[in-house]
Amino acid sequence: MEERELRALVDRVKAGTLSRRRFVRMMVGLGLTAPMAAQMLASAGVVEAQAKWTFNPTKRGGGGLVKTLWWQAPTLLNPHFANGTKDQDACRIFYEPLASYDPDGNVIPVLAAETPSLQNGGVAKDGMSVTWKLKKNVVWHDGKPFTADDVVFNWEYVMDPATAAVTIGPYRDVVRIDKLDSHTVKIVFKSPAPFWAAPFCGAATGVIIPKHLFQAYKGDKSREAPNNLKPVGTGPYKFVDFKPGDIVRGEINPNYHVPNRPFFDQVEMKGGGDAVGAARAVIQTGEYDFAWNLQVEDEILKRLEQGGKGHADIVPGGNIEHIQVNTTDPWTEVDGERASAKTKHPILSDPAVRQALNLLVDRGSIQEEIYGRTGIATANFLNAPSRFVSKNTKWEFNVEKANQILEAAGCKRGSDGVRAKDGKKLKFLYQTSINPLRQKTQQIVKQACAKAGIELELKSVTANVFFASDPANPDTYSHFYADLQMYTTTMTQPDPQRFMDQFTSWEVSGKDNKFALTNKTRWRNEEYDRLWKAAESEMDPVKRAALFVKMNDLVIQNVVVIPVVLRPGVSGVSNRMRDVVQSGWDSNFWALAYWSKT
Amino acid sequence: MARVVSGSVAGKLAVAAGPPRTSLWQETGRRFRRHRLAMVGAVILLALVLSVLLGPLLWRVPINDIDFKAKLKGPSWSHPLGTDDLGQDLLARMLYGGRISLAVGVAAMLIAISIGTAIGAISGFAGGVVDHTLMRITDMFLALPGLPLLLLIVYLFRDTLRKAFGPEVGIFMLIVAVIGGLRWMQVARLVRAQFLSLREKEFVESARSLGARPFRQVVRHILPNAMGPVIVAGTIDVAAAIIAESTLSFLGLGFPPDIPTWGRILFDAKDNLDFAPHWAIFPGTAIFLTVLSINYIGDGLRDAFDPRKVLGQ
Repeated sequence: MEERELRALVDRVKAGTLSRRRFVRMMVGLGLTAPMAAQMLASAGVVEAQAKWTFNPTKRGGGGLVKTLWWQAPTLLNPHFANGTKDQDACRIFYEPLASYDPDGNVIPVLAAETPSLQNGGVAKDGMSVTWKLKKNVVWHDGKPFTADDVVFNWEYVMDPATAAVTIGPYRDVVRIDKLDSHTVKIVFKSPAPFWAAPFCGAATGVIIPKHLFQAYKGDKSREAPNNLKPVGTGPYKFVDFKPGDIVRGEINPNYHVPNRPFFDQVEMKGGGDAVGAARAVIQTGEYDFAWNLQVEDEILKRLEQGGKGHADIVPGGNIEHIQVNTTDPWTEVDGERASAKTKHPILSDPAVRQALNLLVDRGSIQEEIYGRTGIATANFLNAPSRFVSKNTKWEFNVEKANQILEAAGCKRGSDGVRAKDGKKLKFLYQTSINPLRQKTQQIVKQACAKAGIELELKSVTANVFFASDPANPDTYSHFYADLQMYTTTMTQPDPQRFMDQFTSWEVSGKDNKFALTNKTRWRNEEYDRLWKAAESEMDPVKRAALFVKMNDLVIQNVVVIPVVLRPGVSGVSNRMRDVVQSGWDSNFWALAYWSKT
Repeated sequence: MARVVSGSVAGKLAVAAGPPRTSLWQETGRRFRRHRLAMVGAVILLALVLSVLLGPLLWRVPINDIDFKAKLKGPSWSHPLGTDDLGQDLLARMLYGGRISLAVGVAAMLIAISIGTAIGAISGFAGGVVDHTLMRITDMFLALPGLPLLLLIVYLFRDTLRKAFGPEVGIFMLIVAVIGGLRWMQVARLVRAQFLSLREKEFVESARSLGARPFRQVVRHILPNAMGPVIVAGTIDVAAAIIAESTLSFLGLGFPPDIPTWGRILFDAKDNLDFAPHWAIFPGTAIFLTVLSINYIGDGLRDAFDPRKVLGQ
């Protein structure tokens, strides 16, 4: 698109003949990130519109109970120890970040009074710092005021290595946080921060806990804080009851800082069951109002939708269902842990075996026959926003080629048809959570592998256990005590920096960090680390995108993971619900305060 | 009391009564054949056993052949029981899975009966402190909650056994041992009760006075007369073991997910119940028929072994 045309478009937005959202969509289509497009409008003087809600009540409450269903139950309510989106979502009912990301990737202030920008002086010209003005008169549920001290405390809390917070990622780049006055903080970065909205934004890592309740539990005693299970936040709902692994209940916060919100008097987040059950409860029977993450065959969803009680809401994002290939040896114990970073996988360390595995995943059939609307075959790990997507990769399903590669690598077939390399059989344990979609994918992969002389043993673990944050449970995905494992990694921010840190060497998951860090494959690569660090401070958007493309290509070429399908978010929403706007970049509950029901 | 005494040696009475010279077992068999429901059950069970044993030899379709063109098809000539959502042939999977399910049932039952009979016999014959200790152990086992314990044991020992014997055999042993090991208590109590009354009977006393050693008294004289209730309890255990295996598979804790035991097929089918009912109906019916027929056989056996029935004739 020519510059002139672009300017014409911006003018049309100004004049109001083109909606802001459509403009952003068009730009994203051209390969720009949503925040960049938003920035473009901002620099052209188009003031960011407040999100539009269809229902604008004149008083708080009166909506009764809203019932939501998460088929993985939350296990704790401290956002800094949240393991998986279920915990993050549960925390987001009570706690809030400085700002959220809307569906277009815009930064929408929550606890902040306004979004920092170059224009209002919030973002420094050199990218080295960002200044947030906090909303005044916000109080915690126990009546204490929310101030800049709380923001500073959260950074200190997370940065203490003994705390073992899982949210540490974006805070490592922060040198210090200055409290300018009681309601202004200045975040100073180590190097220019192209994505300055990483710390304190979004539900995944940005949520803020109160200083006065957690001060005594910083460091070693972090897991003993009574408020880990009894949140006291600033959010639209106050804590009522929590049964780990079962249910979270909240009641309306009469002092919520947004006038006339929220609409519902109580909120209930019920955990457990399975995805199909959840889909039925919302879409078919209408028992519940909202269901999270419906990993259900599209065919079943379509059938359920015919009832007319609810519908599947499909939101694009960067979530990727992928198979991880262990680089360490899960069958040898070193220093009291299996799959220790000190070991090397006896067979999977051979690149040829990895290449062959990559050729044996029939992504086409998996998309067509299993996922339908809800999964798109892909060769890349990084699939959104579009300017970061590599064009250098392609996927292929080719059993003959896999056979040739294995043959050439010296893996000879034994009498039972299973290949062996240096006397070690190509037999792998392939684990995932219990979910019909995943069990079917497992079978498709297993069959293709059998044709190439690789024997896969399938294992499936109940989702509640597989995604649990318990460091003593060997069946979790964090331990990865298997050769291959498959699950979806969610991309929670409209910027890939944080998402891509799961391949860096300092994120290697292990016993010493209570299996809380993100690098589950334990792959380490100096070039990757270097690229990741470079991208962290690269202010030129084009160069930065190129760095991420290269990172993705490294991961794919080395077959650290085998991407299977890109998974847009699918939630079940009752047809009576209004304004249940889902953002691919933030928690399902990012707009909970604005939900309503007819 | 005296009547029951003579009843328990029914066979011997029959001999004394005259012409039809039949043994205890022949007499029992005759009475069993007269129990109509038990006979129906036996025929159905035999058919099921034969089909899972011989079926895979005749129906040579692989159990894991994925064919998307034929997915979720109802019964047809090429797939007599239809296909699942990966287009895999359900008949082949049912026959294969039936072997596992039935083997689990029978093996678990044998374990339960062996342990139960041994403990019950020792306890009933020895009496005193031994009896007391063994019965308190039995009570303790009875008080254990079955399913949670099962889950715990599977969780603790799965990996060790899997490594030692491979995924299928390892899990098979684990499940059989766990189910068998948790169901012997009723048998032990039944056998003990039988022993307590039988060891005071005249025929045992006469054996004792003839100089029979305790082992011979037990094996030759008491045990055969105590077997009736044991066999009945055993048939019920088969059914319970099949159901327990289905439960474990259903929870995803049994065999690996690609091994189609009946319980696992049912688990996979449940989400598609409203538009592919055949997928759930066949394995469900198979479990139902097996359990029901075994229960009827148990019923028939109980009647056949019941000494009072002999007197009633």
